[in-house]
Amino acid sequence: MELKRVVVTGLGALTPLGNTVAEYWNGLVNGVSGAAPITRFDASKFKTQFACEIKGYDPEKYFDRKEARKMDLFTQFALVVAEEAVQDANLIEGNYDPDRVGVIWGSGIGGLRTFQEECVNFANGDGTPRFNPFFIPKMIADISAGQISIKYGFRGPNFVTVSACASATNALLDAFNYIRLGIADVIVSGGSEAAVTEAGIGGFNALKALSERNDSPETASRPFDKDRDGFVLGEGAGAIILEEYEHAKARGAKIYAEILGGGMSADAYHITAPHPEGLGALNVMKNALRDANIKPEEVDYINVHGTSTPLGDVSEAKAIETVFGDHAYKLNISSTKSMTGHLLGAAGAIEAIASILAIQNNVVPPTINHFTDDESFNPDLNFTFNKAQEREVKVALSNTFGFGGHNTSVIFRQLND
Amino acid sequence: MSEIAEKVKAIIIDKLGVEESEVTPEASFTNDLGADSLDTVELIMEFEKEFNVSIPDDQAENIATVGQAISYLEEHAK
Repeated sequence: MELKRVVVTGLGALTPLGNTVAEYWNGLVNGVSGAAPITRFDASKFKTQFACEIKGYDPEKYFDRKEARKMDLFTQFALVVAEEAVQDANLIEGNYDPDRVGVIWGSGIGGLRTFQEECVNFANGDGTPRFNPFFIPKMIADISAGQISIKYGFRGPNFVTVSACASATNALLDAFNYIRLGIADVIVSGGSEAAVTEAGIGGFNALKALSERNDSPETASRPFDKDRDGFVLGEGAGAIILEEYEHAKARGAKIYAEILGGGMSADAYHITAPHPEGLGALNVMKNALRDANIKPEEVDYINVHGTSTPLGDVSEAKAIETVFGDHAYKLNISSTKSMTGHLLGAAGAIEAIASILAIQNNVVPPTINHFTDDESFNPDLNFTFNKAQEREVKVALSNTFGFGGHNTSVIFRQLND
Repeated sequence: MSEIAEKVKAIIIDKLGVEESEVTPEASFTNDLGADSLDTVELIMEFEKEFNVSIPDDQAENIATVGQAISYLEEHAK
């Protein structure tokens, strides 16, 4: 059977750099850091006391108070970006069949704050179970996709993918596959995360995964720098509307780019550490190139996973050199996590948006906070340090890797008729 | 209005996000105040917590309006 072409027709973003796609992109190209001291709770006893939080978010701007109270922040974020994307795509009743519009979302953790609060309440009580009836439907990761479908009446395929920091890319790839197989016409995809809580920071601190550079939060996320000391936790969401090409054309939709292919692989090595030779990363990029049916030389930009951890950055860079050969030194690489922090299950969504907008604008957003070269990285690799670079970007590849050894890559291309 | 009635109304306004003027004794949680089945469960739990009572399920089923909640609690609150 002939696979259908799939294009991107709508975007939505709520990020530590800005609360709309335009604000997000503006922050990216200007090299802004989203990191600051934690405001969501008193972090004074925590090893890490900063994060990349959303700024100026007022739930009552988007929801009535009763509605907001029944949704964890990660679901609120999902609905906010879905609305921006649905508007952007001009999906209006009558120009789609609601039975063929799906929602495939990604979240690494789901309602962590809800879970934490309910358990604390129980522990502080006398043992009488007084769990809120909204506890479970607020907490479960899949409620984000459910709530989006309820709001818009989208009755096609509906679920959430969970693969830690690869979640949103898995969601995108599932959405892509369902559309190219002809199972849906349009899918609202993306991911959201809101894990800046005591349990989130404390848990990742215990893993020694987070930067502890409390005296300089804005320079803490420094992927590929010699003095990187871990990732910076971020929160937020990104929505990407994928649509079958003919369907998009027929309704006169604006088309950002085409999604050409994707790859998935597992390290099968360790629960949190990446494979030292980047085996999973290498395989996933090869799989994505094969699926997209393009040569490595056609890739102009790689938005790397690049979390700013000592081990992860090295294995990913090694994998890029292996997969791309001499072309590895001609393409641009950047880790936008240097600015946004690491949005866990939503990372793949906002980084896909960065990749799509790089194609739209022919600008590669930078890897900020580069101070000291690290001899672990080949100096011929162009990590787009500190300043955005203008270049023609026809094809962009975005990597995301998750704890558990899940690897995903997705490839976007400028639309060619 | 009794202190209990005031508290009951405040809980309903807070949990259901309704206006004070809507919270009349005859108002039904589901038909008039927009509550679904989970909202109703949550309301009963809030009453139990606020008034330190335990409302058995078979009696909770009979609390469908603001007035029924107030009279039940005036009778049972400790």
